[in-house]
Amino acid sequence: MNTQQEIIDQLPPPETQFQEFWRILKKDRLAIFGMIVLGLLLTLAIASKFTTEWVVIFDPSTVRLPDKFLPPMSESSTDLVPSEDHPVFGIYLFGTDELGRDVFARMLQGSFVSLSIGFIAVGISVGIGIFLGGLSGYYGNVKLGFISIDTLIMRFTDVMLCFPTFFLILTVVALLPPSIYNIMIVIGVTSWMGTARFVRAEFLSLREQDFVIAAKALGLPEHRIIFRHMVPNAMAPVLVSATIGVASAILTESGLSFLGFGVQPPFATWGNILSDGKGFIFDAPWLFFIPGFAILIVVLAFNLFGEGLREALNPKLRRR
Amino acid sequence: MWTYITRNILQRIITLLIVSIVAHSVIHLAPGEPSQVDPSNPRMKPSDIENIRAAFHLDDPLHVQYVYWMRDLFTGELKSFKDNQPVLPKIWQRFLNSLPLLICATLIIWSLSFPTGIHAAMRRGSAYDRTTTFTAYALISIPGFFLSYIMILWVVNTFNVPVIGMKTFGMEDADVAFRLMDRLWHLVIPSLMSAIGGIAVLSRYVRSQMLEVVGQDYVRTARAKGLSEDNVIYRHALQNALLPFVTMFGFLLPALIGGSVIFEQIFAWPGLGRLGYEAILARDFPVILTINFIAAVLTLAGTLISDLLYAVVDPRIRLQ
Repeated sequence: MNTQQEIIDQLPPPETQFQEFWRILKKDRLAIFGMIVLGLLLTLAIASKFTTEWVVIFDPSTVRLPDKFLPPMSESSTDLVPSEDHPVFGIYLFGTDELGRDVFARMLQGSFVSLSIGFIAVGISVGIGIFLGGLSGYYGNVKLGFISIDTLIMRFTDVMLCFPTFFLILTVVALLPPSIYNIMIVIGVTSWMGTARFVRAEFLSLREQDFVIAAKALGLPEHRIIFRHMVPNAMAPVLVSATIGVASAILTESGLSFLGFGVQPPFATWGNILSDGKGFIFDAPWLFFIPGFAILIVVLAFNLFGEGLREALNPKLRRR
Repeated sequence: MWTYITRNILQRIITLLIVSIVAHSVIHLAPGEPSQVDPSNPRMKPSDIENIRAAFHLDDPLHVQYVYWMRDLFTGELKSFKDNQPVLPKIWQRFLNSLPLLICATLIIWSLSFPTGIHAAMRRGSAYDRTTTFTAYALISIPGFFLSYIMILWVVNTFNVPVIGMKTFGMEDADVAFRLMDRLWHLVIPSLMSAIGGIAVLSRYVRSQMLEVVGQDYVRTARAKGLSEDNVIYRHALQNALLPFVTMFGFLLPALIGGSVIFEQIFAWPGLGRLGYEAILARDFPVILTINFIAAVLTLAGTLISDLLYAVVDPRIRLQ
């Protein structure tokens, strides 16, 4: 008896799930790069909320007509612009646009708006996806008249998949009054189908597993079985698709901005800075290239991190 | 077999019916009506608005409007709100313009992503694999119109050729060969740009599919038999890895149609996406709804064909 205990003691302590996940993720250099960029971006976005709205250090909306179309790193013309309108340290890091607004300040403000569009849209789509997928996976056999819940929800998912998504988003956004919240909601409401399918598949297999049957045998209430035992186990694919969903929401917003239906002027987003900049591509290329590459880097970081998560969370890939 | 096909077609017709009902209600319930496109026009009298509403049946209940739409669509009498032209010929003509773009983009996607994906899977972890992985992520992370603008600038500056539109204006009298080359040249860049996202996604998918198959027992058996490496990969592994791609056919189509809105707008291509965009701007409900309907029909037909093909290529699947 004792010897067995000693052998067990000599073994390295068992890895927790998180340690195992972290060990695999650490090896993926691209994913770590993505994670670092995202960390920086989140800090930046929160900092920008402070510095552009509550304590105005970088003012995105000051118009300085003498200073329009200045290239990046140029100094402001001190004699023409009133001193309270000077940018920090007197230089425009990213140059100025056609109204002499500081592009750096606008990009800062846009980082928060763009990210919140991504996160809220994905929050909505994940919420709907988990709800419908869970409903159809757990209560799928319940009949409503002649049709089961599962058939009903999955048919509806098929219906939604038939729409050309971008065209649908564009139609609805164009018909609704222009508002940043409408854009978030519309992107969210049109992109939940993948999540719903994942969650349904996970729930169908989890429902048959021993720990769920045990929980049922213990007489736990259904909401507890679903939310405490099943949802956490079904989260891995949802997390991955959510990470990639944020990336595609940011891209969709920039596409809408390009067509003129994006977030309207008082808010600056990277998408509308980019699509405003396309008119000045020869005269002021920085107005086009800075937001373009910013979107590229951030969306890339989301995609790489999401893909790293997929590898690290997927036990099937791990064995290879 | 035939019962399977009939039942499947019936199911799809029901789905299509629901799609059309959903699309119709979404578009009619959203605020913003054809009669309000030009509210600031001083010559627009309230009685004119009354007339417009009566002529378009906008005062009738929703289900009656739906029946009117369906009746007109199938009798071919559907008229555009904007210019009172019959909708179907209008869409058909634009569809013919879009068709070369769709075909060309699909060809580019499928012919580029397979070699890249297979090559990357065979050399897993090599420099080639890592470069293509990173490139694929970069390509799906870049806003489409940003990349297109850079591409247009580069092509026009380097090769000194026009790329906007379907053909060069004033070439009508030129030799047939010249006109053909001109058409082809105008086709290449837009279709390449709309194919970019597809290439990135599909080549990654090919790679993971190949990796999945290469680890299987029958591939090991083929190697153990002493077959040449080419024979193992291209005859035994690839044939099996190809199976799931049959189903991808149906899902790439709506993405291409949705994405065409942006690309046709950039390249001034008079196609379906652009017609949709113009219709959205003009609140031209019959055109919007019919384009949506046709996209859904194409998607459903695509998935039906791929289901059938799947059964043809994979004898393990029996249609019941």
